[in-house]
Amino acid sequence: MESAVSVRGLTRHFGEIHAVDGLSFEVTPGELFGIVGPDGAGKTTTLRMLAGVLRPTSGDAVVQGVSVVRDPEGVKHHIAYMSQRFGLYSDLTVRENIDFYADLFLVPRKARAARLERLYQFSGLGPFESRLAGQLSGGMKQKLGLCCALIHEPQIMLLDEPTFGVDPISRRDLWLIVHEMVARGITAVVSTAYLDEAERCDRLALLHRGALLALDTPTAFQQRLAGHIQSLRSDAPRRARDLLEQHPAVRHAVLFGDVIHLTLDDPRHDWPAVRAALEHGGVTILEAGPAEPSLEDVFIHLVGPGGVTHE
Amino acid sequence: MSLPRLWAVARKEIVQLRRDARSLYLAFILPLILLVLFAYAITYDIRNIEMAVLDHSLTSESRSLVDAFESSGYFTVVTHLTRYDEADAVLGGGHARLVLVIGPSFALDLAARRRTPVQLLLDGADANSATIAQNYAEAIVAGYSADILLEGRQLQIPAAAESRVWFNETLESRNMIVPGLVAVIMSIIAAMLTALTIAREWERGTMEQLAATPVHRLEVVLGKLVPYAGIGLFDVALAATVAVVLFGVPLRGNLLLLVLLTLLFLIGALGLGIFISAAVKSQLLATQVALMSTFLPALLLSGFIFSIATMPFVLRAISYIVPARYYVTVTRGIFLKGVGVDVLWADATAMVIFAAAGLSLAMGVFKKEIA
Repeated sequence: MESAVSVRGLTRHFGEIHAVDGLSFEVTPGELFGIVGPDGAGKTTTLRMLAGVLRPTSGDAVVQGVSVVRDPEGVKHHIAYMSQRFGLYSDLTVRENIDFYADLFLVPRKARAARLERLYQFSGLGPFESRLAGQLSGGMKQKLGLCCALIHEPQIMLLDEPTFGVDPISRRDLWLIVHEMVARGITAVVSTAYLDEAERCDRLALLHRGALLALDTPTAFQQRLAGHIQSLRSDAPRRARDLLEQHPAVRHAVLFGDVIHLTLDDPRHDWPAVRAALEHGGVTILEAGPAEPSLEDVFIHLVGPGGVTHE
Repeated sequence: MSLPRLWAVARKEIVQLRRDARSLYLAFILPLILLVLFAYAITYDIRNIEMAVLDHSLTSESRSLVDAFESSGYFTVVTHLTRYDEADAVLGGGHARLVLVIGPSFALDLAARRRTPVQLLLDGADANSATIAQNYAEAIVAGYSADILLEGRQLQIPAAAESRVWFNETLESRNMIVPGLVAVIMSIIAAMLTALTIAREWERGTMEQLAATPVHRLEVVLGKLVPYAGIGLFDVALAATVAVVLFGVPLRGNLLLLVLLTLLFLIGALGLGIFISAAVKSQLLATQVALMSTFLPALLLSGFIFSIATMPFVLRAISYIVPARYYVTVTRGIFLKGVGVDVLWADATAMVIFAAAGLSLAMGVFKKEIA
């Protein structure tokens, strides 16, 4: 089956900065494809190029059979693109915004009422139809963004951190909409900085400094560290973390609340020594045991702690 | 090119405009304020010039000369002086702009048919007004002298110029100013109106979303231009009404021609505004650039205030690329002279070129692309 999105050596430089560098991946039709990575990894630049609003320096991406290099305007008929920053008109009402985008995509008048009805159902925006977009909450704004992007019934959604800065309830609602659309056969490419959201995707591309670091299903990612993660709770979590980071057998130690996840090459062999070192350092261990690796564990393992910031 | 999409952009622009007090003010109130302010402020006609009289003669002859000044309508005697040194204070203090000094032997000299000088002291600080006042005063004195020469006689003057002024019969400077003013004001307003539009979309982040739709660049540019062209036409109509009704400026030419040429001018000026807006992508900067690139040239190099024919070569050359130059000629021609395409064809051609240039510039620089 032909790919919905086919990225081939996609590259974009901004002067000296290589925002995206030789990126290649395939997205199969109907897939919920996630792009994750730390800030500055190139997620936004990639999605902008896929949407035809940013010209690649080299390489190409074929979206629904159309090349973004040869025919950037042609791509736009097939996609629903939502930029990271709210991009609708805050001085137009909810309905005026949707109508404007329906007009731009030449959605036939006859089809509109039914589509609007359905979008209002998903988004719960119906009661706010005549409210100015600028007066909506952050979550509502994003839902409106989705409605405007979906009014022409595209085959592919390109969403750039759709839940950025949105409250947890609205985040859940937004993902319900995304899942609903994917269930209808739409392909979705979604970037996110939230790894709990990344777990919802069929496959994940992990970007780091503009390059593809790994591409896998969330489960497969987690399997990469299966058996390497030890979880521990102590009376002095920060001090414990600092001690662990200095220990030669510990690959990574990450604090989640008051629980530390540490990655060890061979827990069975290394753990007793690590434990002894902690207790020697004056840390009382309250609870410890093997743990399921989270995506965060894996990504920190792959990217290194602090992502791009440590260089 | 799809008309429904173009119309969608235009409609969106209208809705936004309706909700934006600043743009409404710029579109509808500012042109009127400028028109009325400038029309009253800029005038070359000088009436009721304050004058002082130092009459050493104090005879019926000297009084009749003073009467000649007063009855002309151009001068008002505000004070009578008794000593020569008072003239300095009166002129220096700005109480009078002209002092008429009549010597003690005025009546005697006249009776003896001798030449008798009268002195005019003028405040030259405002050279323009002083020159005009001087011309008026000399004309009055000359007329007075002629009356005396002709008293009780018949004189045949062999050749006399009988002037008659056409197009602005009363030489009312307001008649000349107001039509030109409409042109100057519209140059500024039109560019300012559209200077905001594209930059606003970039600043508010709406351009990225718009760029990801299949809307064509031409649809965006024209969609943004159409509502403002409508507003511009409305402004000109309003200004023309004010000119005719409030200032009594004659409108002699073909209204349809005025509308057509105005539309061409507006397309060029609005296109220029879009070009600036798309080029600088910042509302503040775009407004400033639009103001600078239209206001001074339109004011100084359009022939509105200073005659282009008397400018140095370099300025005259530059004036050819100032669109307001042609539009000033058009408005004056149609308002005052009632001329048609047979006379204005060159200016009309310039307008067509300007309109095409404005649109091409806008299209050339506006890209549906980030960075």
